[in-house]
Order: sequence, then C-alpha cells, then structure tokens
Amino acid sequence: MSMIHVSTTINGDEAEFLCDPRETLLDVLRDKLALTGAKEGCGTGDCGACSVTVDGRLVCSCLVLGAEAQGKSITTVEGIAEGESLHPLQEKFIEYAALQCGICTPGILVATKALLEKNPDPTETEVRYWLAGNLCRCTGYDKIIRAVMDTAADLRKAS
Amino acid sequence: MALDDKKNGEFKVVGTRPNRPDGVDKVTGRARFGADVSAPGMLHAAIVRSPHAHAKILKIDTSRAMASKDVKAVVTRADFAEGLEGDDLNVLENVMAGEKALYDGHAVAAVAATSPLAARDAAKLIDVTYEILPHVTDVDKAMAKDAPVIREGAADKSVPPGLHPNVVRYHESGHGDVEEGFAQADLVIEDSFVTEAAHQGYIEPHACLAQLDADGKGEVWCCTQGHFNVQKICAKLVGTDASQIRVTASEIGGGFGGKTAVFIEPVALALSRKTNRPVKLVMSRAEVFRATGPTASTSMDIKIGMTSDGKITAGQGTFRLQGGAFPGAPMEFTAMCAFAPYNLENVFQVGYDVMSNRPKQAAYRAPGSPMAAFAVESVIDELCSQLGLDPIEVRLMNASKEGTKASYGPRFDRIGLVETLEAAKAHPHYSAPLAEGLGRGVSCGFWFNHGGETAVTLALSEDGTAALSVGTPDIGGSRASMCQMVAEELGIPYEKIRTTVADTATLGYNEVSHGSRVTYASGLAAINASRDAVEKLCGRAAAKWGIDPEAVYWDSGYAKPSGPNAGDFEPLALADITKNMGATGGPIVGHFEATPEGAGVSFATHIVDARVDKETGKTSVERYTVVQDAGKAIHPTYVEGQYQGGAAQGIGWALNEEYIYGEDGRLQNANFLDYRIPVASDLPMIDTVIVEVPNPGHPYGVRGVGETSICPPLAAIANAVSGAAGVRLKQLPMSPPRILEALDVQANG
Ligand code: FES
Ligand code: FES
Repeated sequence: MSMIHVSTTINGDEAEFLCDPRETLLDVLRDKLALTGAKEGCGTGDCGACSVTVDGRLVCSCLVLGAEAQGKSITTVEGIAEGESLHPLQEKFIEYAALQCGICTPGILVATKALLEKNPDPTETEVRYWLAGNLCRCTGYDKIIRAVMDTAADLRKAS
Repeated sequence: MALDDKKNGEFKVVGTRPNRPDGVDKVTGRARFGADVSAPGMLHAAIVRSPHAHAKILKIDTSRAMASKDVKAVVTRADFAEGLEGDDLNVLENVMAGEKALYDGHAVAAVAATSPLAARDAAKLIDVTYEILPHVTDVDKAMAKDAPVIREGAADKSVPPGLHPNVVRYHESGHGDVEEGFAQADLVIEDSFVTEAAHQGYIEPHACLAQLDADGKGEVWCCTQGHFNVQKICAKLVGTDASQIRVTASEIGGGFGGKTAVFIEPVALALSRKTNRPVKLVMSRAEVFRATGPTASTSMDIKIGMTSDGKITAGQGTFRLQGGAFPGAPMEFTAMCAFAPYNLENVFQVGYDVMSNRPKQAAYRAPGSPMAAFAVESVIDELCSQLGLDPIEVRLMNASKEGTKASYGPRFDRIGLVETLEAAKAHPHYSAPLAEGLGRGVSCGFWFNHGGETAVTLALSEDGTAALSVGTPDIGGSRASMCQMVAEELGIPYEKIRTTVADTATLGYNEVSHGSRVTYASGLAAINASRDAVEKLCGRAAAKWGIDPEAVYWDSGYAKPSGPNAGDFEPLALADITKNMGATGGPIVGHFEATPEGAGVSFATHIVDARVDKETGKTSVERYTVVQDAGKAIHPTYVEGQYQGGAAQGIGWALNEEYIYGEDGRLQNANFLDYRIPVASDLPMIDTVIVEVPNPGHPYGVRGVGETSICPPLAAIANAVSGAAGVRLKQLPMSPPRILEALDVQANG
C-alpha cells in the first residue's frame, strides 16, 4: 500500500510524516511521532483518552485519519504546559488528586482546556456534560469536576 | 507488626495531603504506560481469537498469513511449554487454547508482523477450522443435568457427589443452628437474586513489550498489578527460569483486580523467541471485554429471620457463581462476606464454583463480596421496611464488634463497623428530608483485606535523601503514601524521598497489588525498612561518639544520645551521618522482607438517594455518601478517591453494566458504547467520611481501603430504588428495561 505524505503543525512545531491511508491520527501521533501522551482506550470514539484539538476543535484522534492532519494545527497534552510552567489545570489536577491511575488525564486535560477557552464560567452541570465523552474509571469524577471548577474560578480572577 | 503505641497518634507527615511525586509526569503525558514504549527492530503482534463459545480446534492453517513478507512468525499452542499441570495448565489454556476454544474471544493463535496494521491483517489470514460444540453461559443452566460439559475432571474433592461436572468447587461455612434461629423469628424472608458479570473497565487495555532470546533470557515491560507474578507465569509458560526473565511494570492505567491475571506477555515472548526480535502486543478494547476477566455472575438464595424489634435470629445463603471456562470463581469469598457485618448466633452459607463458556473471571475490587451484600442487604432492608424499623438502628443492633465470632469463623479483632454506622446516622445526609419521588437506601459492606509477600529496600544517599524501592505497582497514588511513611520515620521532608516501583531483578518477590494490600503491606515494609536504616544510622553515631548503640535514639531526623549518662554530644542530622558513610562502614540501606499477616478487615456504610423515572425506567443517583473505616488515613485525599471510585463503579454495576451474551454464546456488547460505564454527567458529587479505628496489625493502624468501597453500593441503590419506585429489583443491573418490567409486573401482575 502506498503511503501518504503529510505536513502538519503539532504543538506549534512543524511536523512531517508518511502514513498508511488507514492509520488514524492517534496511530500517527503515538507510533510515528513518539507523542504517546494521547492514549488509546477504545479506538472507537467512546472513551476520550485520545482527545486532541485540531485547529482548536476538540476531537477524538482515534476517529481522525492521519492524512487529515495535512495543513492543520494540532495540540496534544504535550503542548499544554509552557516551558517549565504547568498549565493551571495541570497544577490543580495534581493538587486535587483529580487523577488516580492517570490514563484518562491527558484526554481530560485537553478536553477541559478546550471547554474553558470556550466557556470560562461553566456550571458544574456544564462541566459534567462537556466531559461526558471522557471516561474515568478510577475517580468517580468528583475531584476532577472540583479541580476544573476551581481552575476556572482562578483563571477568571486572573484575567 | 503490631500497632505502635510509641507513635500515640502523633504524626507529622502522615495524615497530610502533599502532592503526589509522580503528578507532573502524569499531567504532562510523559508517564509511560504499557503501550507507550518501543524498541529498535520491534515487531507488532495480533491475536487470532475464537468466534465460537465452544468448539474443537481441528486445524490451524497459517500458510496464507506466512505468505506475506511483512509477517515474521505465527505461534500456536505448540509453541508453549508442555507438561504443565494444575493452575499452570489452566493459565496456559487461557493464554492460548489447546484442543478446544472455550469461549468467544479465546486466543487460538498469534502473529508478529512489521506494523500493527500488518499484524491485524495477517491475523485475518490465519484459517482455523472448528467443530462447533454446544455451549452454556448461564450459571443455573451450566449446573443443570443436560448442560454441555466444559471440561471433564475439572472438579476438586470438595464437590459433593451427584453434581454436574461443571460444578468444580464447593464451600460451606457457618455456626449455630439456622432452623432453630428461624423458629425464633417473628418474620422470615426468603428470596433469590441474580447479578450479571461486570468488567473492571480500566481505561488502559493490556499491553506489553517483550524480548526472549534463544538462550532463555528475557525482558518484559507491561502494565500489570504484579510483575513478579508475570515473571513466574511467563517462565513456566515459555519454559525458562524465572530468574532469567526480568519484568518491569509500566505505569498502570487502572486494574481494579483485572490486571492481576496474565494474558498476553507469554504470547509476546513466544513470538519474540521465534523471530529473535522484540515484540509489542496491545489488546483492543473489544479484546479486553471478550478475553480478559470480568467478575463472576451469580445466582443466590437468601433466607433471614428477624424478631419484631430487629434482632436477626438466623441467616442462610446459597451462592452459585459462574466464573468462566476455568475453576476459580470466588464463591467462598461471596459466602464468607455475606453475613460478616452481623453478629449472628445462627448462620450457614454454601458456595458453588461453576464453569461455563465465558472468559475466566478475574478479581474485581473485593471479589465476590459486592454480590453477597446486594442479596443479604436487600433482604435486611425488606425486613426493616415490613417491620417498620430504621435500617441503621437495625444494623447497629446486630453489628459485628471486637470479639464477635465472624460468620466465616474467626473472632474479630478491633473493627470499625459500629463507628461507620454511628457516623452515617449522624451525617446530615441521613436526616435530610427526602424530596418527592426519591428513595433512600442504606447498606453495609465488608472486605477481608490482605497482607502478602512483600520486599522493599530503602537506600540512603550521601546528601541525606532516601530512595525507596517497592515491588507493588502504584495503581492509585501509593507512591505518595509510601514517601509519607518514610518521611514520618526518618524525620526528613517528604520531598526528600523518592519511591520507585522496582523491577523483578531488584527486589525479592512481591505479591501483586491486590487485596487492598499496598498501603498496608508495602507501607508496613517501608516503615520497617526505615527503622532498619535508623538503627544503622544510630549505630554509626554511636561509633563516632564511642558509646553503646543502645544509648543512641532517633528523633525527628537526628541521632541523639539517650540521656546524660550516654554522654553530652551534639545531635547528628541524617545528612551528617550519610555524608561520609562510605568511610564509616559503607552504604546504609534499610530492608524489609516478610509476609505481614495483620491486614485488618474493613467495613463501610453507604447512604444513597435515587430517583426513578417511571416512564423511562431510568434511575438517577442524586446524593451519595460513603462512610468507611480506613484504620489510619495516610493521605486522606487518596483515601477519599478510593471511596469515590469504588462507589462510582458500584453505581455502574448496579444500574447499567452487564455482559450480554446472545443465543450463539457470543458477547454482544464488547465496547464502551454498549457496555456503558458511568460518565461524568451520570453522577453526583460523592461525599466521604473517613472513620479511623486503628488496625492492631499495622504500626500506624492502617487498613486497606481500595476494595470495601464497592461492596455496599449495589444493595444501597437497590434499597433506594425500592423506596423510590415501590418495586424491589432482585436482578442486576437495574437497567431501564428491568425497572419497567418490574413496574409492569407490579401494576398488572
Ligand atoms: S481511544 Fe479514542 S475515544 Fe477512546
Ligand atoms: S484516573 Fe484512572 S481512569 Fe481516570
């Protein structure tokens, strides 16, 4: 099978790769670009562990083809922190113990960052529905929701 | 090692809530989980699985697959060790089918190729010829006379004569005379209950990277709850020495018991041996559902007698557990846990371990206990409501205490059930008025907890810091609690300690992270290793001062002379001693290697408010409170997390989650869309109360907390649903169709 050549931007850096037309964006990120922060929990769009943004829009990277990255700008969990300093969401997740095993955490961070960019003042219900596509089996979500609400409040104060 | 009265409850670090040491790795995506590594020259593997529930394997033709230049090897059962017996043979049979495929999804062959896609394509080109056999997936049907036999001769000696060969183990326990007890009761209720299998549902599928050389030396990287167990099993299944295989545990993306079993590592090793290249093997979600262990499913009969003022006069239970195509369903735990919360004069319980054409069940948080609690606590609730009694008062009146002869035999040491019930009674949730349409349910739960083989080392560095190596994978933040316990003992800051999950070449054998044992057993080990190091530190100080080591004691990070008679010396800080330890006797390392046996049992009481939509049958959980005895909470935030996580999983099991098999014996819902675990919008905040009744078997009083939290929810929710909808559901999950059916039966008979 012939490979497709793709040029794209990932976390602000230019990237190029060859991919099989059947390979997903998640496969490419993990296997070709060594960006293993996005996880495959299901491969069918049901768990959100693979969440990334494509041109600012939140997607399940297991449902996007690698070839579709052509000319797009992609952000993964590896692109959330700025240099040495963690994003406030990352800080709060640690402080609140909003992760136990941490496998869902990359997807949930990418998803909540996208939420807060759209809606800086979400209600608890809005956060719960926004995150309904991100499964966490460990925490029962309680501490995740609290961490998100508290980060949102801090960011509003800071802005 | 007994509860330490020296400490007198005075802690500096234990009980605080520091940030976990691996937090940054986990929020930046840098933490490396099972599927996150690769090796030069690596191949990718895929497994060929049986589409049939029960079939003879007549022929495996690999020629079409091997014709591809991308395909490097195929393995079948012939590539694994021969002559295994007993449990080892069972594990091998499950890892790779022999003469028969025993369930839908059973591995029959595996292929290694140059890319994941090539491997998946090649798996489809392996032609397996089957002779389909009759199958059975239901526990009661598997025990019936005409049921197909899964495997002749699988039963052990415990099974009474006359039962179907699918009944492979039998248990009974209890004391007193239940008939006499029932005669003393004012009300006796007898009822039957059914629960479906639920999967642990960890978000990370099983994954490994393995290398095995022709000389029998191997390396494995994998996500597991116990890498020493992986080492032991892999060595047997591929036929090499355990010590020649070094296993490193990756970060683990959830386990809940399901990653105590071994499925893929021996397959990757066999493929690596055949190709002389490293092999990576990652399961798909469908494979996780079809071929790893969910819980057992159950069918249970319960009979309980009560006097009109609430005293339980007798309890009796029969528990039939279907555990898949191998022996091992935890029916003895179900039986033993069923009545454990109560002080009963007359109690008797029976368990059956039944095989069927399903994947081998695996442990899931307090294996076997939640189902028992569902049945028993539902009947107690029904007795309370028919007799007009308060469910917490009745439980308090009958609660097990220190000295109670447990339903499963021994006398309880110090336990905290009464304290959880008192705290639940006093909680504002219990006295809050109940809105129209809501029901409130209460349930208790019990789990044994476990100690197990444990080895750790604590190496001090020249700069006065400490490196703790443990052999128990960190499945939920245990590195933090380990660092806290070492900081407490050494008297140096929490940040000065690093806890590493060491590989199998570094430490002695460690049992898997199960039985809520990590904070208890590895914690006890960390405390002891610290005390061992402290003794050595005091010895160095004594040598320097030229006094007897007995005359030196350790206080808050300093060696000090024990009194005026010992001499007048300036205290020595830990770093003062370690900085030239090379010259004063060599490296200072604290050790602990033993099998601690004082894991204290644990109890919980949960309160839940639920609403049932009578038109759709949907139940929503509106308020939830967990009260549980932690003995001593080392890191209270992570203890709360365990309470909340267990409750959430229990809610899923109670309301939605189930394995659904078709007439053809195939699993119908092997994905997260159709096997729906709770999502954020399904749940309320989960309130927690940490009760601390110290465990006499741990220096700080720690009891395991990971498992008990899943025991009460099934019954608590069933009891709330009964209050809200006016019908009692005796089958789990209480999914909308089942609730509608129950409402319909109630209305129309
Ligand atoms: S892996 Fe993409 S949604 Fe689960
Ligand atoms: S922390 Fe384990 S799945 Fe969310």
